[in-house]
Amino acid sequence: MKKLLEILVIGVVLSAVSFNSSAEIKSLRGPVSLDDESEMFDKRKLVKQKGGFERSFKIQPPLIPHETEKDKITLQTNTCMKCHSKKNHEKEKAPEIGESHYVDRDGNVLEKLSTRRYFCNQCHANQVDAQPLVDNEFAGAK
Amino acid sequence: MARLFRWLTPTLITGIILGVALWGGFNWALELTNTEEFCISCHEMEANVYQELQDTIHWSNRTGVRATCPDCHVPKEWIHKVYRKIKASNELYHKILGTIDTPEKFEEYRLTMAMSEWRRMKQTNSRECRNCHNFTSMNLDKQDERSADRHDPHVWDAVDGKEPSLTCIDCHKGIAHSLPGGWEEAVEKDPILSEGLELDSE
Repeated sequence: MKKLLEILVIGVVLSAVSFNSSAEIKSLRGPVSLDDESEMFDKRKLVKQKGGFERSFKIQPPLIPHETEKDKITLQTNTCMKCHSKKNHEKEKAPEIGESHYVDRDGNVLEKLSTRRYFCNQCHANQVDAQPLVDNEFAGAK
Repeated sequence: MARLFRWLTPTLITGIILGVALWGGFNWALELTNTEEFCISCHEMEANVYQELQDTIHWSNRTGVRATCPDCHVPKEWIHKVYRKIKASNELYHKILGTIDTPEKFEEYRLTMAMSEWRRMKQTNSRECRNCHNFTSMNLDKQDERSADRHDPHVWDAVDGKEPSLTCIDCHKGIAHSLPGGWEEAVEKDPILSEGLELDSE
């Protein structure tokens, strides 16, 4: 009887505690009830910047200063190479892909973009005009 | 004379009615084959090129104008349209043969098919592009600097009424469907497609 009472008391206390803590949980969606629609975030457009972006560190893959909406990287073609390949970059006044991009994993220098550098957007990213949320004094290497 | 009229009138009326019905029916059937619905009723089109189109600006854009298959692939003027339709009977033959009935086969033939369509466009001065796009109504100030620079000489050609040195498809390949592998080399080797391309290098 005494044991039963003990368990009962512990149970009541624990449930009170858990009830309390559950009330403090905040949803990542903010204080919006479940059946409301969440707030729309601001639309941001990709930045086009003539001359490109400054690098933040020495061997940083350069950022993409233009839209890439129409570009496609498929098994058959990589349309970035319409402008950035060895053959086309002069005509298109676009920077050529780096020398390292012609080297395959065995160290052979190829005529064309090496398959291990094929997926441009694995390293090179578009930019949106987003200001840092926290003040930041970081200055990139020049 | 009266007898001749008695004979002529019903013949004429029947002739007109028959003519309208047959000609109308023919055109109606022809137009039926000029719909997106008809094009993608074959899985070869639906599963490959139609899916690719949906990623592009000709499918969805700021202004909500859409170009569907026949807008680019079937000429508008009657005589060119019928010529294209007759040529397209070859496609029916290959449909029966199953030349491109799997994605792998389609990929294998993509370069051949793309080249023939590019050649058609080049030889007609990109006629189907120009059903919507016109140099005389193109405002270069609204374009990116790069695009404006490249279009500029052609706009002046159009304004001056000169023969165009290049045509839309010369630069705008692969805007509605994926490009086939090895397309650049293939275009360079093709006597029709490579014509005039060196003019663009300045």
